Amino acid sequence: MKLINKSQVAKKMPVRLAVNTVCKGLFFLATLVGLIVLAILFYRIFTQGIGSLNGDFLQNFASRKPEEAGIKAALIGSIWLMVVVAPVSLLLGVGTAIYLEEYARKNWITTFIKVNISNLAGVPSIVFGLLGLTVFVRALALDRSILAAGLTMSLLVLPVIIVAAQEAIRAVPRDLREASFGMGATKWQTILKVVLPAAVPGILTGGILALSRAIGETAPLVVVGIPMFIAFLPQTVMDTFTVLPMQIYNWTSRPQEEFQQVAAAGIIVLLILLIFMNSIAVLIRNKFQKRY
Amino acid sequence: MRRFKGIAMTVVMGGVIAVAAGCGSDDAKTSSSEGKGSGQLQGEVITDGSSTVFPIMEAVAEEYMGTQPDVKVSVGASGTGGGFKKFIAGDTDLANASRPVKEEETALLEEKGVKYTELKLAFDGISIVANKDNEFIDSLTVEELQKLWVDNGKVKKWSDIRPEWPKEEIKFYSPGTDSGTYDYFNEVILEEKPMVENATLSEDDNVLVQGVEGDKNAIGFFGYAYYSENKDKLKILSIDNGKGAVEPTHETIKSGEYAPLSRPLYTYVANKSVAEKEQVADYTQFVIENAGELAEEVGYISLPEEEYQKDLDKLKELEK
Repeated sequence: MKLINKSQVAKKMPVRLAVNTVCKGLFFLATLVGLIVLAILFYRIFTQGIGSLNGDFLQNFASRKPEEAGIKAALIGSIWLMVVVAPVSLLLGVGTAIYLEEYARKNWITTFIKVNISNLAGVPSIVFGLLGLTVFVRALALDRSILAAGLTMSLLVLPVIIVAAQEAIRAVPRDLREASFGMGATKWQTILKVVLPAAVPGILTGGILALSRAIGETAPLVVVGIPMFIAFLPQTVMDTFTVLPMQIYNWTSRPQEEFQQVAAAGIIVLLILLIFMNSIAVLIRNKFQKRY
Repeated sequence: MRRFKGIAMTVVMGGVIAVAAGCGSDDAKTSSSEGKGSGQLQGEVITDGSSTVFPIMEAVAEEYMGTQPDVKVSVGASGTGGGFKKFIAGDTDLANASRPVKEEETALLEEKGVKYTELKLAFDGISIVANKDNEFIDSLTVEELQKLWVDNGKVKKWSDIRPEWPKEEIKFYSPGTDSGTYDYFNEVILEEKPMVENATLSEDDNVLVQGVEGDKNAIGFFGYAYYSENKDKLKILSIDNGKGAVEPTHETIKSGEYAPLSRPLYTYVANKSVAEKEQVADYTQFVIENAGELAEEVGYISLPEEEYQKDLDKLKELEK
């Protein structure tokens, strides 16, 4: 008895293999497009900016003279902004996700809320800027402070963090939860000791994407009224400040050619800051991934 | 597990605080050593407005730091209109503008009880440019300029302006509608009629420079500084307002001969801020005294000396 019709298989085999090769090529090409664009970008930025990138560039405030212009105020400002945005958005975002996934009853209200959160992720950032201006700057009288801008940015990235955290929490196997309940743990104990550690890698992936967006945004900050030039450093969260992308935008819009190089150097600093943030996230993620 | 989380959080926060503190502390050192001497002022000066005026104000603020390191000057660039909105709301001490205040803005200022003083800082000449390879165009009259830029619902060809010019479609490049440059052009050339619909608008003037540079049939306009930095890439057009064609140069803009496209740049100061805040009064005086020289440095044209004297007299009035 023949289980396999060998001649039939042999006839179809080359086609199947060819399709496989074509698909592999297509997907490789897709990857290549992104990589090449990135490589060109890096090449342009680095060749343009590396000359301006030195100790003085990090130590100086912005200047009308390209050779004296520095990024100090903007770099420190961006770090301050992260100090506000990271804890606020992560705590609120993960908290919301835990409630929606673990505690909330599955009814139409919850579904409605979830759909709306996903929609919020697509709202133009300038709308959040207007919200921040009305609520934080004017109504709560926080002025054009790091706190007001940080809270505005937190709102902007919150939907992304909530959705990512929800997905991560949902992906934790039921068996783990049930085993925990079986041992007599309460819901909160299960969430804290079983669900969250298992979900941390996913949450962090969403979190880092969200924070990367927050560090690169300008539109909401312009609306909030964050200045483009300051020659002092903020001392508390109530002081005003400026951030890297605003400083870079300011330089790219200058008529003088030399400022384009200074802008490229600014972009390198922004990239390094991003890589630094990303690597912290990867470190934490690896720590937790080993456990399961 | 909790321990791990604790360690992770400590690492993140520790790193961030260390970086922030590291840079913060060395600033404290420098400012305390410079901060000695008598007559040191403190407090904030908040300015916002035109991105055209921004380079001048940035330069002034940079210089001011040398004389009054403890005064915190911040300069925004949310556009002339955006700057006035904040000025009306009382958020800022000075509003920088690349056009005079509009009637509807004056009405709002009055409604809110904001009294203000207009100060002139420098001149800018809106430059009309064409592609370097464009051989037929050298100058335009003001009427032709209007015919070019006002929308008539049809695709515009060069031959529509002068019959001897080629029958090729014109590509238009203009600053965005939020900019004072657009407003000024709208008022003096378009006379409030709609601009050609297929014009490419951009808030970034460098984009306009590149647009005109790369398109043989392009025409565009922007501030003089963007032309003077890109002289080798663009063709400047002379403008004839009935008294002969005039090319925008340092001299023709300063003398006002390059009309009607030579425009003054302003800052508006809140009278209340000058009267109540010593640092704002001091800063505003510094602005007037240094605007001419610094404007030249960043690519604009200084006003005649007596204009600055007029500004100073106005300010003296306020301080009384």
